[in-house]
Amino acid sequence: MIRLFGILAGLFFTVAVMWSFATGAFVAATEGLGEETAEHAFHKYPKDLHLASDGVFGTFDKAQLQRGYQVYKEVCAACHSMKFVAIRDLADLGYNEAQLKAEAASWQVPGIDPSTGEATMRPGLPTDYFPSPYPNTVAAAAANNNAIPPDLSLMAKARHDGSAYVYSLLTGYQAQPAELLKEFPASKTPTGLHYNPYFPNLNLAMAPPLTANGQVTYAPGNPDPTIDQMAQDVAAFLTWTAEPTLDKRKQTGWPVLGFLLFATILAFFAKKQIWSAVKPSRKD
Amino acid sequence: MSFPWARQYEPKNGLTKFLDEKLPLPRLVYGAIGAGYPVPRNLSYMWNFGVLAGFCLVLQIVTGVVLAMHYAPNALVAFGTTEHIMRDVNWGWMMRYAHANGASFFFIVVYLHIFRGFFYSSYKAPREMIWLLGVVIFLLMMATAFMGYVLPWGQMSFWGAKVITGLFGAIPIVGEPIQVWLLGGFAPDNAALNRFFSLHFLLPFVIAGVVILHIWALHIPGSSNPTGVEIKTEADTVPFHPYYTAKDGFGLGIFLLLFCTMVFFLPNYLGHPDNYIEANPLSTPAHIVPEWYFWPFYAILRAFTVDFFFVPAKLMGVLAMFAAILVWFFLPWLDKSPVRSGHYRPLFRKFFWFGLIPTMAVLFYCGGAPAEEPFVMLSQLATAYYFLHFLVILPLVSSIEKPEPLPYSITEAVLGSDKKAVLGENTTPAV
Repeated sequence: MIRLFGILAGLFFTVAVMWSFATGAFVAATEGLGEETAEHAFHKYPKDLHLASDGVFGTFDKAQLQRGYQVYKEVCAACHSMKFVAIRDLADLGYNEAQLKAEAASWQVPGIDPSTGEATMRPGLPTDYFPSPYPNTVAAAAANNNAIPPDLSLMAKARHDGSAYVYSLLTGYQAQPAELLKEFPASKTPTGLHYNPYFPNLNLAMAPPLTANGQVTYAPGNPDPTIDQMAQDVAAFLTWTAEPTLDKRKQTGWPVLGFLLFATILAFFAKKQIWSAVKPSRKD
Repeated sequence: MSFPWARQYEPKNGLTKFLDEKLPLPRLVYGAIGAGYPVPRNLSYMWNFGVLAGFCLVLQIVTGVVLAMHYAPNALVAFGTTEHIMRDVNWGWMMRYAHANGASFFFIVVYLHIFRGFFYSSYKAPREMIWLLGVVIFLLMMATAFMGYVLPWGQMSFWGAKVITGLFGAIPIVGEPIQVWLLGGFAPDNAALNRFFSLHFLLPFVIAGVVILHIWALHIPGSSNPTGVEIKTEADTVPFHPYYTAKDGFGLGIFLLLFCTMVFFLPNYLGHPDNYIEANPLSTPAHIVPEWYFWPFYAILRAFTVDFFFVPAKLMGVLAMFAAILVWFFLPWLDKSPVRSGHYRPLFRKFFWFGLIPTMAVLFYCGGAPAEEPFVMLSQLATAYYFLHFLVILPLVSSIEKPEPLPYSITEAVLGSDKKAVLGENTTPAV
């Protein structure tokens, strides 16, 4: 009885889903598999980017992180917040306590006037988080053609292949290709947006932020601040902001795996010895 | 119940004698997972996954309780407290990565456990109740994992919650009121986040309770084995401890090596980048996908694209998705073959390896892919086979198949002849 009922139920679902299949196949046969879109044809996967923190043995290059921080501070921070990162976290980049205090004081953060209680701005302390450039999202949208600049704290983890994505986006601005306009005349980049094949829908509200070599002046002893170098450095910096514990994670992993490998080998021989008394030989 | 030759617990010193008289917990453990539980001697490594699933449950509860100490289930700060755990809490990143990947590994071992059960027909009499309780555990796990994924309050958390609770809206007439009641509002918000947190904390303990019933039910007939032939004599068995504690110990080592490789070197591989973007009800992600362990069922949900007579496509998808799991409850009565193990069932074996397994792979892949062709049509074909397999093929195969000859006993399967196979004839097994 259960089996009869089961066969009927099984046939019901099978017929229902094949009905969907037949309808879809009929549509595909008569109208094709949907139209090709400009996004699909022209979107590019991120370029290759090699960072010191890559791989299972990689660690952050502190000099590069400091350069990337400088790019963030002088360029990105004009529009992008980084609200989950505290100024004190910069200690990871190799700054000492006096440098941290000086660095913190170079940021203006919202505060309260101790004599009047009114909202005011004050120099930052190491315990402060990086301040947002806009008082609220409405202000951020109003200043940026209705596109709110996203918070950058987690950007390197919030996109597929995030570090390379940041680097590719910053160096990927270009004129819209002629083939694109020929194939998809309706997909011309609207006014106020900028063509960038590394952005999912190809047209980005952010104007090219890195426009000239030497836009940021690096301290002596660092590489030349070309656009490509600055983009790599800020990508490295955002890799760190997304996961400041990355180095510690990998450094913890190796002894853990080493111990487990040792314990597993011991467990294997323990198992072998215990089972030697009954000698099972699996034939199945 | 146990086998007559099961070793009996003997308290040896004053403390254990005292305990055995007042609260015989050591005796219970000894009989459940100690030397007092005789187990078939021929279990393969496919029998490791029950213990590993139990380990995962404990791991999830321990890491989860620690995470709950630092997390706040409030829509305004939930995403921020998750980042607080990742950045400021001592070893918080390790706890969170272990918990997130622990959920994935829990599903990996449970899927292997379930498919072991499919191949060896572990659901058949006298083990129906173990199987039914197992399916209950799986359903509870799905609910728990779904609600857990909502807690970080990222984009996939929010939109996943919206899509899944939206399924209830497909039920005619009462659907939408039920959806609003479940969410505590018209869309996922603080009320939903709070109740999801509460239930996410509660359900693992419910799972632990059902696991105890699952193991209790297991101890009535004893463990199944790769031949599917029941235990006949003492020679067919070895005590669980030390034989299977040693074997499970080795399995646990392999499991932990793989698990820690993920936690320390690829912790975000199984997650979705969008969940590192704070929930935003005004911005829909391009592709809303659940966690990987739901992909096969998500593919079944989305396979129904047109109305089937008077049944709307969405309702059909919801019914099929739930039916896809509920059908497992009926397996003990759908598959009537007297032979359990797939090793002795030639036709069943073909449908398992060339039907069910590829179908699950296709459903898995299509569930994670965008809802475009050819994935929709592929998932429709796979969905059709899925229901045919369990509800039509399995009952028919069990009536037309001619099984291969079974070994007389487990011992014969292991050693060739029953005569030389008396356990402890020449050597005394170490206990």
